[in-house]
Amino acid sequence: MNIVVAMKQIPDLQQIRIRNRKPVFDDVPMTLGAIDKNALEVGVSIKESQGGKVTVLSAGNEDLEDTIKEALAAGADEALLVIDDALAVAGSDVIAMVLAAAVKKMEAAELIIFGEGSGDNYSGQVGSRVAAILDWPQVGYASSLELNGNMLRAARSLEDGEEIVEVTLPAVVTVISGINEPRIPSVTQILKAGKKPKEVLEPEDLGLQIPAEAQVLSLSNLAPESERKQVVLKSVDELVQALKNENVIGR
Amino acid sequence: MAGILIYSDKDKLALELITAAHQIATVLGQEIKAVAINNDAQAQVLASAGADTYIISNAEIVQADVAAVAAALQQTAEQLGIDTVLLASNRRGKELAGRLAQIMGAGCLTDIAGIKVADNKIECQRNALGGATVAIQYIAAPRKVIAIMPRAFEPAGAGTGKISHLDVAARSSGVKMLELKEKSSDSVDIEGANILVAVGEGLNSQGDLGMVETLAQKLGGVIACSKPVATDKKWLPEDRIIGLSGKKCKPELAVLLGISGQVQFTVGIRDAKTIVAVNTDENAPVNQMADYILNADLHEVVAGLNKALA
Repeated sequence: MNIVVAMKQIPDLQQIRIRNRKPVFDDVPMTLGAIDKNALEVGVSIKESQGGKVTVLSAGNEDLEDTIKEALAAGADEALLVIDDALAVAGSDVIAMVLAAAVKKMEAAELIIFGEGSGDNYSGQVGSRVAAILDWPQVGYASSLELNGNMLRAARSLEDGEEIVEVTLPAVVTVISGINEPRIPSVTQILKAGKKPKEVLEPEDLGLQIPAEAQVLSLSNLAPESERKQVVLKSVDELVQALKNENVIGR
Repeated sequence: MAGILIYSDKDKLALELITAAHQIATVLGQEIKAVAINNDAQAQVLASAGADTYIISNAEIVQADVAAVAAALQQTAEQLGIDTVLLASNRRGKELAGRLAQIMGAGCLTDIAGIKVADNKIECQRNALGGATVAIQYIAAPRKVIAIMPRAFEPAGAGTGKISHLDVAARSSGVKMLELKEKSSDSVDIEGANILVAVGEGLNSQGDLGMVETLAQKLGGVIACSKPVATDKKWLPEDRIIGLSGKKCKPELAVLLGISGQVQFTVGIRDAKTIVAVNTDENAPVNQMADYILNADLHEVVAGLNKALA
């Protein structure tokens, strides 16, 4: 089984500072999205139990070559990277176009796994868009997967319940973070990651041109204004008094 | 004249979309149309809220098959000459948004918490950078798919709309729905709660949840948690998670216990009216977003509060 896990390179959100309500990206290292790591773990565990190959697929700028090592260390067999500076800021439509073209180029990919949303934008569009371009069925928000030959059975976690669906591969699946706990690679695995096969393409290699005009434009992107009191209390009694003053207890 | 089409399989969310659509339609002079798929009762509801509603009846279009629903909506938009579709940003709606946008050749924005129409643009507000920032974005492409967060708008009031039938070709992608296990009605809705007591990784053990539950009851609230408490430790169900990939809550009071306050969490609670943070780390980021800060062990504080509120 050829499994593709699509992952997104994002700035490490814990290290973004806010200055004058604006995000500051200086020296913020790149990492992979948190739920993307759950997606990878799903792919790697399927491979471990049923055989096959896990290819991690990503589109972004040249930092990807380094960032992706984390995925190779955590069990991906090889990486297919599409690299272009424009991809670092491209919209979901462009990324989906690039990823779908890369999947078409690969031999007989049968299952593409995404996290349900990226760590930074969390817009959740790319998996659906890729499924549409490939004209494959999709199963979103999976909380568990069961593969039987080319039949995939999944439980989908929805707001009001759980939906059990079945679909014939090839298919696109997005997973929720609760589906597993991603493994933490050992030092040996991290050292070996650099030696795993990595194919690097440019959009042109896939016959693609990045459109000059974005579908979605930003007018502003600021940290919300916070007007919190930030009163430091000394004791439970002071807290009780504060809650009384706020009229939330003792009404 | 281009119109706005709204769709959600959930009546309440569809009614909220009518309100959102009104906000756009009044400025841009568009008509609002709704579609109901294999759901005559919903069509009545939406027409009674003022939207001209189209019923698609075709058993081959099943909700679980995103491709089939997207294809039905795309054909609806085409037949009605519509370039803007509003969907709900619940899980089904969000999943649908990307697929529909792709086959419509549309730009798409999801998780939209607010809309303003200015300068012929539909300015949409959404969280970015994991919730660290709030972005105002608009779709420059002529066709638009916008998924609106549940509760961002009030459900539409009474009005009068026509009901018509519409034929579309069914384009199933072969997803079979085997079972839908609905959540029991006694499951807790943390989004609707007035008071939330949320626990994070500072909680020592699952056994300590008992005293937190007691506190929640005394305050008249319910327990919620940060993501790791549910997904890693599995001490609470997933529907109690506050945050970017969990619930966005706006309670009167949020008591945050042993939560450090990473942005992916705070985005789900920063609209609370009053926030109390109890944390042993006086430099924890959560203190920046709190009205009252108590740098202490949460277990001692919960025990103390339970005694004081006896």
